[in-house]
Amino acid sequence: MQEVSLTTENTFFNLPPRTSKDLITKHMNNIIIKDLSLSYGDKQVLKKINQEIEERKITAIIGPSGCGKSTLLRCINRMNDLIPDAKITGQIIFDKMDIYDSNTDVTETRRKIGMVFQRPNPFPKTIYDNVAYGLRINGLKDKTKISELVERSLEDCGLLKEVKDRLHTSAMELSGGQQQRLCIARALAIEPKVILMDEPCSALDPASTFKIEELMVKLKNRYTVIIVTHNMQQAARVSDTTGFLYLGKLIEYGNTKKLFTKPKEKLTEDYISGNFG
Amino acid sequence: MQTTRKTFRENMKVLEKDMMCAGEMVNVAIDRSVEALRDLDIEKAGKVVKDDLFINKKRWEIEEQCIHLFATQQPVATDLRELIAVLSINTDLERMGDHAEGIAKIAIMHGNKPLIKPLVDIPRMAEKATDMLTRSLEAFINRDAESAKAICDEDDEVDKLYEQVYRELLSFMTENPTIITRATYLLWAAHNLERIADRVTNICERIVFLVTGTMEEINVSNY
Repeated sequence: MQEVSLTTENTFFNLPPRTSKDLITKHMNNIIIKDLSLSYGDKQVLKKINQEIEERKITAIIGPSGCGKSTLLRCINRMNDLIPDAKITGQIIFDKMDIYDSNTDVTETRRKIGMVFQRPNPFPKTIYDNVAYGLRINGLKDKTKISELVERSLEDCGLLKEVKDRLHTSAMELSGGQQQRLCIARALAIEPKVILMDEPCSALDPASTFKIEELMVKLKNRYTVIIVTHNMQQAARVSDTTGFLYLGKLIEYGNTKKLFTKPKEKLTEDYISGNFG
Repeated sequence: MQTTRKTFRENMKVLEKDMMCAGEMVNVAIDRSVEALRDLDIEKAGKVVKDDLFINKKRWEIEEQCIHLFATQQPVATDLRELIAVLSINTDLERMGDHAEGIAKIAIMHGNKPLIKPLVDIPRMAEKATDMLTRSLEAFINRDAESAKAICDEDDEVDKLYEQVYRELLSFMTENPTIITRATYLLWAAHNLERIADRVTNICERIVFLVTGTMEEINVSNY
């Protein structure tokens, strides 16, 4: 089935309608967050969050410092489990499973949902070993296959051309921007479905930032990308959908173009206009 | 060096393509409106009036894309001037479409009464104006400020043709007051074409602004 669209100019010039080969597919791998609340001890950080994160789109979460953006992101691959007094209620449905269900394999969930952090954190190993690490601990022994996946991941991150002659030198010698792309390559190597990015450009210069942003746009063809950023211009530039979080509540969630040109909520308008935050 | 801001550049390409398309729609509307007047083809004139709605729609589509790019891409320097130029040119194109619609409405008002004279200079004005428009949009794509300035100068040719039409029609009206209404219709049509060429000079000024960053009036019309 082909999608057919009749554009303004096609009507004007009396031309046949345009056809598009893009099939409308039912997104089976959306992440559905239902009534998610989180408290650290007595302090409630997330308050009944409900949102559906679309598959193979870039979703940005924005909001002032301390609003719960990173906490929400960390909930998606159960990173908050490691915090002793964190209490989580609600559900996060991914791959037809509640990731907080007692039967869920947390390791497997984290394999499917990779994460990239604020500061690049390469292992003190070679560039090659950084990317191969995840593959090896997941039991892959075939060296040819490992090499193939390492190269593909580096290529996907636009890093292969820059490092192909020094794959076996230390990753610590790379620039900050290159290290961050290496961390993304490391996350991609184990073929996750979702990539969570927690302020991935805050430690980078503008040129490296734009490279990471272009990389995100490229990655969304194959992965679901969720980014937390305090830089709302970055959210506007790269994302398809944006959520505005304030004091633990999801105030507004929707199409990025609409949210940045005609937000529904006054609070969102005040925040993106710089009136507070 | 790897190009950054690939997304913005791709969006700008789509926007430029849409603007070229709007320019072509306007060119077609001008041609058709003058043909309708020359041949007193009411049906063709009606089509131009109806089709102006599509030009208006295209204008809003382009403007919406610009607004989204301003809001989401925060362009600065050349990128900012590029977007401002598209927004401004887009408005000029829509107004040129309105002038073409105006000529078509004149053809409808003229009705089936015979023309007071076969049209010669009015089609020449249209030919010159559409040629200037096509080349100005090419100059925009090529970021060619020199060509833009040269096209601005060509507005004088359209002004001269307008003056010729004006004097000629005035002499017809003096000789035979019964044709004043029909002569005035032709005068309005010629004035619309003169305004279209003026709008092309606005486009050229925006190209110069885009390339050099300077806002300047290049050719002041006599009308």
